[in-house]
Amino acid sequence: MAERSFEKEVQMLKLGEGDEFTGEGILAITKALLESGVGYVGGYQGAPISHLMDVLADAEEILSDLDVRFEANASEAAAAAMLSASVHYPIRGAVTFKGSVGVNVASDALANLASAGVTGGALIIIGEDYGEGSSIMQERSYAFAMKSQIWMIEPRPNLQSIVKAVEQGFLLSEATNTPVMLMLGIRSCHLTGSFKTRDNKRPPFTVQQALSEPRKNISRVVLPPMSYVQEQEKVNIRWPAAQSYIRKQKLNEIFAPENSAVGIVMQGGMYNNVISVLQRLGMADLYGNADIALYVLNVTYPLINDEFLEFCSNKNAVLVIEQGQPEFIEQTFGSMLFRAESKTKLYGKNLLPMAGEYTGDVLMKGLVSFFEKTATPFQNPQNEAPSSKAQESAQAELSKSVPIRPPGFCVGCPERPIFAAMKLVEQDLGQHQIAGDIGCHLFAALPPFEIGGSTMGYGLGPASNAAFDGGGTKRSISILGDGGFWHNGLSSSIGNAVFNKSDSVIVIIDNYFSAATGGQDLPSSRALNSSKSTKHTIAEAVKGIGVSWVRQIDDTYQVEQLRSILHEALTTEYNGPKIIIASSECMLNRQRREKPQFDKMLRNKKRVEKVRFGVDEDICTGDHACIRLSGCPSLSLKKSDDPLRDDPVASIDQNCVGCGNCGEVASAAMLCPSFYRADIVLNPATLERFWTKFRQRLINWLQELRQRKRLDFQEIAP
Amino acid sequence: MNINSAESAVTANFPEDAAVIKLAIMAVGGQGGGVLTKWIEQCARSNGYAVQATSVAGVAQRTGATIYYIEMAPAIVDSPVFALMPAAGDVDILIAAEMMEAGRAIMRGFVTPDRTTLIASEHRILALSEKSVPGDGISKNEEILEAAKKHAKRQIIFDMEKIAVDAGSVISASLFGALAGSKALPFSRESFEASIKASGRGVEASLDVFSAAYDKVENPEILSTHISPRKTASSCKVVAKPTLLAAWNVLEEEAEKLPETVRQIALIGLRKVVDYQDTKYGHEYLNRLTQVMQSDDPKNEFRLSCETAKHLANAMTYDDVIRVADLKTRKARNVRINKEMGIHGEDYLKITEFLHPRAEEIVGMLPNKLGCFIEQRPGIMALIERFFSRKRLVRTDSLLGFIQLYFLGGLRTFRRRSYRYKIEQKHIDNWLSSALSLLPNDYNLALEVIRARRLIKGYGDTHSRGLTKFDRVLDGISLLTAHKESAYWAQKLQAAALDHEDDIQLKKTLQNIRSLA
Repeated sequence: MAERSFEKEVQMLKLGEGDEFTGEGILAITKALLESGVGYVGGYQGAPISHLMDVLADAEEILSDLDVRFEANASEAAAAAMLSASVHYPIRGAVTFKGSVGVNVASDALANLASAGVTGGALIIIGEDYGEGSSIMQERSYAFAMKSQIWMIEPRPNLQSIVKAVEQGFLLSEATNTPVMLMLGIRSCHLTGSFKTRDNKRPPFTVQQALSEPRKNISRVVLPPMSYVQEQEKVNIRWPAAQSYIRKQKLNEIFAPENSAVGIVMQGGMYNNVISVLQRLGMADLYGNADIALYVLNVTYPLINDEFLEFCSNKNAVLVIEQGQPEFIEQTFGSMLFRAESKTKLYGKNLLPMAGEYTGDVLMKGLVSFFEKTATPFQNPQNEAPSSKAQESAQAELSKSVPIRPPGFCVGCPERPIFAAMKLVEQDLGQHQIAGDIGCHLFAALPPFEIGGSTMGYGLGPASNAAFDGGGTKRSISILGDGGFWHNGLSSSIGNAVFNKSDSVIVIIDNYFSAATGGQDLPSSRALNSSKSTKHTIAEAVKGIGVSWVRQIDDTYQVEQLRSILHEALTTEYNGPKIIIASSECMLNRQRREKPQFDKMLRNKKRVEKVRFGVDEDICTGDHACIRLSGCPSLSLKKSDDPLRDDPVASIDQNCVGCGNCGEVASAAMLCPSFYRADIVLNPATLERFWTKFRQRLINWLQELRQRKRLDFQEIAP
Repeated sequence: MNINSAESAVTANFPEDAAVIKLAIMAVGGQGGGVLTKWIEQCARSNGYAVQATSVAGVAQRTGATIYYIEMAPAIVDSPVFALMPAAGDVDILIAAEMMEAGRAIMRGFVTPDRTTLIASEHRILALSEKSVPGDGISKNEEILEAAKKHAKRQIIFDMEKIAVDAGSVISASLFGALAGSKALPFSRESFEASIKASGRGVEASLDVFSAAYDKVENPEILSTHISPRKTASSCKVVAKPTLLAAWNVLEEEAEKLPETVRQIALIGLRKVVDYQDTKYGHEYLNRLTQVMQSDDPKNEFRLSCETAKHLANAMTYDDVIRVADLKTRKARNVRINKEMGIHGEDYLKITEFLHPRAEEIVGMLPNKLGCFIEQRPGIMALIERFFSRKRLVRTDSLLGFIQLYFLGGLRTFRRRSYRYKIEQKHIDNWLSSALSLLPNDYNLALEVIRARRLIKGYGDTHSRGLTKFDRVLDGISLLTAHKESAYWAQKLQAAALDHEDDIQLKKTLQNIRSLA
């Protein structure tokens, strides 16, 4: 079950004609899909659209009531392949995944889908993981739209526009027999707002009906000679059809006051931030009414020649605001203007940066220089922006004290002890070539562990070590998470290692969930899931594919055990892939599961135990070696009140979940005995209470006996 | 947006120039920024505002710095157009859920003197880079507070985490209370509270915290932050049977003879040493200290003696098995832990200690000659290592576990005869005499020799590592005797040793020193 539950929120999906919906973007999209009569939905989780998958999963009942099939696909490729249902059948289908990496994975299926063309509307909802808060390489999905001839919709970031874009996307797809990508930025996915709802619509033709009336059409198969025909069709039929549909339906928006000598062209997703800057420059009001002509591309691919040229016809200059690189849109517009022998001057990446997110500050600089270049009058920002000097001085003052704070393992994360053990093995056997993978475990590359120096894609960690797997003085190590394992790793990494007789060590980290994306279930999840088949162990899977050296550890907090298994894997005579499966439940999810049960038992005065760790301050000497082998947010420091000490001592805060890593690591690394584990017993049973009291009295007596023989320095509160 | 004009708009009549209010929340992932955002949205909507909130979800939120952003404006006719993220110089209210996040907000230009109300919690969540330094790498709040004064139009800063934790709730409630109390949003207190009630989870605790934070903003006199003072010589009373007390009084009288500046710290050191061993050990401490003091120069305000009082006490109370066992079996410790874990009534604790003695620790406990004999025979050491060195979990709340450690703690009376004792005393004497030998020619360098003791810490591997670093720093210092900036370089050496676990920095500094010589 996912980290965040939408069980309450999905009830809003039942709203009907004329009701008001208030909530998050992802829910709004789901509602729009249902209103559009979608026949099947699917996808693969990943920020920023993970929650869309969670909403769909939590809404499964509502979906099936409407005869909508929901599939939690095994990967983006699987999701894109599912859209195949819309090739021959008039069924609307939608899948979702993250861009650009999800699109990379899906591209094989997407290219085939685009070549074949669709009968029912096919929508690919992409959460573009670009800019602040992103966790991947910075690229654009746009290139995939261009190469495969898939249309791309980028609505203005407000719920009304996003909801409208879903319906428009299906219509555009059907009018042009082409799949459509719906692009949303990171913050657009989690944007809140309101819109008026319509009734949900049962799909006019369901997947069940399709099964009883199978269809096929040889012209849709991607094989020569049809594939040559399909290319011609894309360019000569579907493309012009799209251009005329977009123009006729006014999917792009032009907001033009009379006599505007200059204009701004932008991707729909940039609209709000551009308006916000124009407001500050005194050129737009709160509702977006601007003094300058705006051409908002709600469809960024294909671009519409005559619409754009018409917009430019009475303007001296236009500025293209296009986030990301390279400047595909600007180049296309440039060639349109050139061919039309237009006198309108084109600005874009020469005033705005080529790479990086277009934040308010970046846009402000770009727009101001555009207005200066074109002698367009504007006011100084209403609210004086901090002079760059003031900000520079703040930066200079604080840059030394304000520490960077990259994301890292959560409190009590079961992956932490795995990397602590690897660090300890490194101390014994020296450094090894280590390849990482995608998932929470990639945080190990950051301090304090600094383990692994590369990541080549989801499930490709072991595959990325292939060049080193022929053997040498030291073995290579690679990491693979359970998410990556089922996504692609089983075949591309493990199968590859078996087939090539790799003399390598592969550590598979199994935390029972696709944890980094928000705790979705996987085939190896231990939880019961009513609609999915779980409990397929990774150990059986790798054995099934031909691995014979497999070690399973069911408690990753056993640092010493892990250390000795790693040691064995790195030194054994056995030549072939050695797989260590380290399993412990993701702590975030475990807490989410156990905490309500615990609270309930406590409320009912039942006997419960809670574990926390502590540090004996007078034993800790402030070397912080424990922190360098842990990095747990809960294990922190505090200034000692002892004037004899210079350095802060370790301290464990309230958020400790008692995972035990501190004690295990301190013991395994022989650091110091200052950690203790405290099992807090609440509401103990009668007999237990009696026995505890007796024991405590006896201990107390011994303590006092000794205390009487020495000087007792008792602190008095100041 | 002018906050003052918005303040007058508590009623439903929006002022004509009503504009957008821009609010950013900077937090550390996991602090509950999402809940706070929901409350603020709910509150604004209930007051007839159009609201838009944005956040970043996913991996970026796992314990890293994250920003929530809210824009709101009176919903009059059309839907306002709201930005998706904050821009420099364009934020009315900045809520920082942690002190360094407030600093980050200032650095990014989200706090400006013309308009920004800064609401920040003064508590710290240390970043890994601050925690992992072997010495003290914690950033200072003072710099952020100073910058906040300069950059914010108005600032409300206090420890909002403490208010929340004390009441068994989370910081989102106190931040929300401080926001309401600041009156930076034109909404009534009731409508803020209604949003908490509407959320339906942990409502009562949240409301308590909300109101505590609200009141704190209203009554600035209780805004002062509480910083617990360091212990002083007088913050302690001595309890013991008369004979022991008499022996202690003799010691105290002797310490009274020390110059005023040295006395305070020496008394604390003395207490630690006596608590560690006995009053006789206390005399040895004072004798050693007096020896240093007699060579010290009053013109230097007895700085050397002060530092010696501190570091000598730490050196003489080195960590050994006996010490650890003693500390872990004291009554005061049980009382402290019970308090920390919030034990009431019949509830109780099971306490497990994580011990892993190495052969060195075990041999160190043996009588001097035997220990010395074994230490020089790697074969026997390896054997001991094999038999004894392993993870030992001891339950000190159980009789059996307690008695084991109680027995070890009782070996205190045999400590003087142990092998480790001899080594430590010799080490201390060498250390002091090397400082004293430098004293006549280079006071400051002698001071640095004393200070270098800070490098030796702890137990087990940590202790061995510290010892190696200490030796190398002392080697470095011996090269500096004729140098005119000797103390500066000695300080650099120590800083290098404390800055990172590995010794790359230390090696570099040593190289530099060699090239100086």
